[in-house]
Amino acid sequence: MTLKTLLKASSAIVLLSAIAANAQATHPETGEALAEVQSFTYRVLDEHSSVDPQVVEDVTGSEIVRDLFEGLMNQDAAGELVPGVATGFEVSEDGLTYTFTLRDNARWSNGDPVVASDFVFAWKRAVDPELASEYAWFMELMSIENAAAIIAGEMDKEDLGVTAPDDQTFVVTLSQPLPYFAQMTTHATTFPVHPATVEEFGDRWTRPENIVSNGAYVLREHVPQERLVRVRNEMYWDNENTIIDEVTALVINDVNQGLTRYLAGELDRTEVPPGQFQRLSAEYPDQAISIPRLCSYYYNFNLSEGGPEALQDVRVRQAMNLAVNRDVIVNNVLGAGQTAAYNFTPVRTAGFTLPDLPIANMTQEERNAMAVELMTEAGYGIGGQPLSIELLYNTDEAHRNIAVALGQMWQQTLGIQTTLANQEWQTFLQTRGNQNYEMARGAWCGDYNEASTFLDLVTTNSGYNDAAYSNAEVDQLMADAKTAEDPQPNYTRVEEIIAEEVPIIPIYHYADGYMFNPELRGWPVDNVEQNWYSRELYFVAGE
Amino acid sequence: MFNFVLKRILIAVPTILILIVLSFMLMFAAPGGPFNSERPLPPQVLANLEARYGLDQPYWKQMYDYVVNVVTRFDFGPSFQYRDRTVTDVIMQGFPVTLTYGFWSFFVAVIVGVSLGVVAAIRHNTWLDYFAVGVTVGAQVLPNFVMAPILVLVFTLWLGWLPGGGWQGGQWQYLILPVIALSTSYMASIARITRSSMLEVLNAGFIRTARAKGLPTWRIILGHALKPAMLPVLSYLGPAFVLMITGSVVIDVYFSTGGIGQFFVNSAFSRDYAVIMGITILVGVLTILFNLVVDVLYAWIDPKIRY
Amino acid sequence: MYPDKTTADTLVGAAHLAEVQGRSLWKDARQRFMRNKAAVAGMIALILVTLFAFFGGFLAQWSAQEINWAMMGNVAQAGGPSIANGHYFGVDELGRDLYARTVQGTRISLLVGFVGAAIAVIVGTLYGAIAGYFGGRTDGIMMRIVDILMAIPFMFVLILMLVIFGRSILMLFIGIGLISWLDMSRIARGQTLTLKNKEFVEAAVAIGVRPMTIILRHIVPNLLGLVIVYATLLVPTMIITESFISFLGLGVQEPATSLGALISAGAGQMQYGVIWQLAFPLFFFIVTLFAFFFVGDGLRDALDPKDR
Repeated sequence: MTLKTLLKASSAIVLLSAIAANAQATHPETGEALAEVQSFTYRVLDEHSSVDPQVVEDVTGSEIVRDLFEGLMNQDAAGELVPGVATGFEVSEDGLTYTFTLRDNARWSNGDPVVASDFVFAWKRAVDPELASEYAWFMELMSIENAAAIIAGEMDKEDLGVTAPDDQTFVVTLSQPLPYFAQMTTHATTFPVHPATVEEFGDRWTRPENIVSNGAYVLREHVPQERLVRVRNEMYWDNENTIIDEVTALVINDVNQGLTRYLAGELDRTEVPPGQFQRLSAEYPDQAISIPRLCSYYYNFNLSEGGPEALQDVRVRQAMNLAVNRDVIVNNVLGAGQTAAYNFTPVRTAGFTLPDLPIANMTQEERNAMAVELMTEAGYGIGGQPLSIELLYNTDEAHRNIAVALGQMWQQTLGIQTTLANQEWQTFLQTRGNQNYEMARGAWCGDYNEASTFLDLVTTNSGYNDAAYSNAEVDQLMADAKTAEDPQPNYTRVEEIIAEEVPIIPIYHYADGYMFNPELRGWPVDNVEQNWYSRELYFVAGE
Repeated sequence: MFNFVLKRILIAVPTILILIVLSFMLMFAAPGGPFNSERPLPPQVLANLEARYGLDQPYWKQMYDYVVNVVTRFDFGPSFQYRDRTVTDVIMQGFPVTLTYGFWSFFVAVIVGVSLGVVAAIRHNTWLDYFAVGVTVGAQVLPNFVMAPILVLVFTLWLGWLPGGGWQGGQWQYLILPVIALSTSYMASIARITRSSMLEVLNAGFIRTARAKGLPTWRIILGHALKPAMLPVLSYLGPAFVLMITGSVVIDVYFSTGGIGQFFVNSAFSRDYAVIMGITILVGVLTILFNLVVDVLYAWIDPKIRY
Repeated sequence: MYPDKTTADTLVGAAHLAEVQGRSLWKDARQRFMRNKAAVAGMIALILVTLFAFFGGFLAQWSAQEINWAMMGNVAQAGGPSIANGHYFGVDELGRDLYARTVQGTRISLLVGFVGAAIAVIVGTLYGAIAGYFGGRTDGIMMRIVDILMAIPFMFVLILMLVIFGRSILMLFIGIGLISWLDMSRIARGQTLTLKNKEFVEAAVAIGVRPMTIILRHIVPNLLGLVIVYATLLVPTMIITESFISFLGLGVQEPATSLGALISAGAGQMQYGVIWQLAFPLFFFIVTLFAFFFVGDGLRDALDPKDR
């Protein structure tokens, strides 16, 4: 008996009743025979920040929160909106009022009904300066009436534009129409909390012994930096259709250790270490899976006044952009299904139309030739003024590999001397944010599935515009897009401008390589935001 | 003796204060802060957070408040990173783990190390001696961040005997690999010190006398030689014990044990000041304590030593 | 981690002898050292490793930074050690020549070891000699400070320093060196206490030589034997510490590298069929440390008549 089966057996005893109900079960929709033990164990890189919906700020934590709590709306396997606690919603004609109808059979894990005032409580809590949620900005982004003023401490949190006329009706008032507002209610920050529990236990309400939640799972055990176990919530309204009984997140810092333990059968899901995907997918074709993400990896040029003079020359930037051989990076350095990026917004972003960029249609030889030409014209590099550039990135093996490769490409093609500087995360953020760099790594993941979540970054006043790029036309286009009936042409035009002026060098669009237990089903591979819910997963019986 | 202990305890107070001031200075000099992230927080939210944790106070005030809270209420403050936990919670969580595997590692290192050292000394200049010396030097120089993944590869993936990590409340299966990985280099040092000190003792006059009287070797070793030979080992064990029980980041990273070593490094990277302070103070206190214990033991074993 | 107290005790005896017998001790010591086979082998190994670190680069056919694009992404199959393509030790995960990188890594590790040990020994010796020579209240205060610093968990402080002030070789040297001078200062002080009552020191005082001159001219040279042995045993400790720092990702900056950084990277890749990435750096690491340990032991035995 391997250890894994031993572990599963021991948890099986604990969950005997649940299993009895599931014995020889088949999946209600597909009719597949289900495995006897429905226990999902996955690796997480690091301890999550919190399981408090209004406090959580990391991906790992949000995954747990989506299991423990349920918001107004959920996403299905394709990322489309499906009912959650709300059965549906209506939008007023001016697009400023959203009325959600809550289901009457939703329950907290202690048996209390989930009512609209729980949402009101939670949303006010999210903007409460006293709680000082690091995700308060998300409520501001949702354009909820008065949210910005409350966060700034200018208004009382009771003035937030949310009301509960009755237990089953939740009404939100916006300060401006927001086409993707409903999508945003799938985000953890908007999930309800149980007011009585929060008030009784304060900061400690999220501990396993105190927590009351309304999702498909309840928190059973939490050992920081080691494991978090959640088990089926018998009170959940759709408990009958939930198949997985127990979900365990194990903290494993080292990605290679994660893989070893996956191969030893201790895990059902783990990340593939950088550069190993191709080998693993050849060896385990049914287990290695690449999942595209709504994220972009890029390098910033420092365009502020303190930046290097040569980089102010657009020809130098264009040349450097052209000289990057993306194919080598996505295939040889990364190789987990990432795609070469010649523009900023990932192609899969909803509604986004990719502009026709010349650079995307050239061969690398043509790009290199053109790059050399531009460089010579600008008077730098081989035969010209020597150019030396420092690449800044945060300490990480994958970032280092990319920086090394980029440096060599620029050196070999353009004669640019590159030096590398890595800093640990906090120092890196400060250096980059203060424009104390020459070129710096950047990456951005969409907060919601729409191009503006990316392109807002290149507007002059964006807090994340680390390149300090400023173009009045871009600012105008993005401002207009907010109220435009169809903002997509604006986004496409902005991409064209970026491709021309090159404030950043897009390198690739993300895809994450994972190893999945071949008997695990129901993973939302097509959900680009990777919002997965354990209640949708199940194990089929092995042969 | 009593005066000596008292004096050492009195020195401990300024030591801890210096430690606090030093750590505070380092932290205030650090770029970034506990609430920095890729997405800069709106100034108001940041101000709210800083107010909540008292980070808006002048440095001297923060330091003063901290010392007062620690001294009067034994309160090390809340963790900035994990909102539902205080520093005391974090330490109470991580330290028992570290203490458990650290203690067992210490135990194993001492037993195996001393035995190996004694055997090598008795069989001086035989193949057994060379073998022991080779093994111990090898064990001492093999970094444990190489040893740990090898252990997991062999015992978890290939043999399938032991879990590759985790803690599960310290069940024995989860304890074995961390203990092996942590104890090896200490074991090697102990063996080397024991060997050379034992060789020295075995050449001493009183041992020759005992031999001349025809006592069996094991009685000479256990009855006469071991105690004096342990003196130099003891002075090594004090700091070694503290290093073992205060955590090894390598063990925590590779075996996901959840000990304080990992908490410390994580906190340093994420600027969780309160946790950094808490763990630093804990380790400082333990260091002082065990140096004292070693000195007292020293005096007990060797009555000639006077402080 | 820390050199043990016995070393210190036996060293004091050794240095005492040095002072009594004068020059002939060095000759004696050399003879004793040469009779110790392990120590001699260690010395030879050390010389070879040093030659490798400083001149091995001339044999390299690739630079330490250059990427072999043809091998990148295909390292497990194509990147193994080969005399034919000039990658004697194979390539690393990015297709860079591992031979050139091992040469560079060995050089940096040796530098860290030597410079770190030098800092520790110089600071420690001067501090201890000054405390011992002046004695009285100065001595009391200076040694109390050492007592206090001894109780500070320096590995923790070093991690904090590297995290906070960013990573540089200089910081690494200073940080590692500063951890280790405390023991040295205690040893040097104890030895100075006996030296300062000797006739040659009293004579110097009598003719009005300034105290600092006495310390530098008369005390410190007499501590030399002690210092050399201590330094030899300290170097491997420094190299081990550096490898741990590299493991934490706080070591030297890319594209420069150290043995610790190479081993750390290689250890992560060992189950992926590229074992040479671990084996070669680890080999040089282990040989270097072995050599230092044996030479250190040999020197101690050679300078210590008790343990013949």
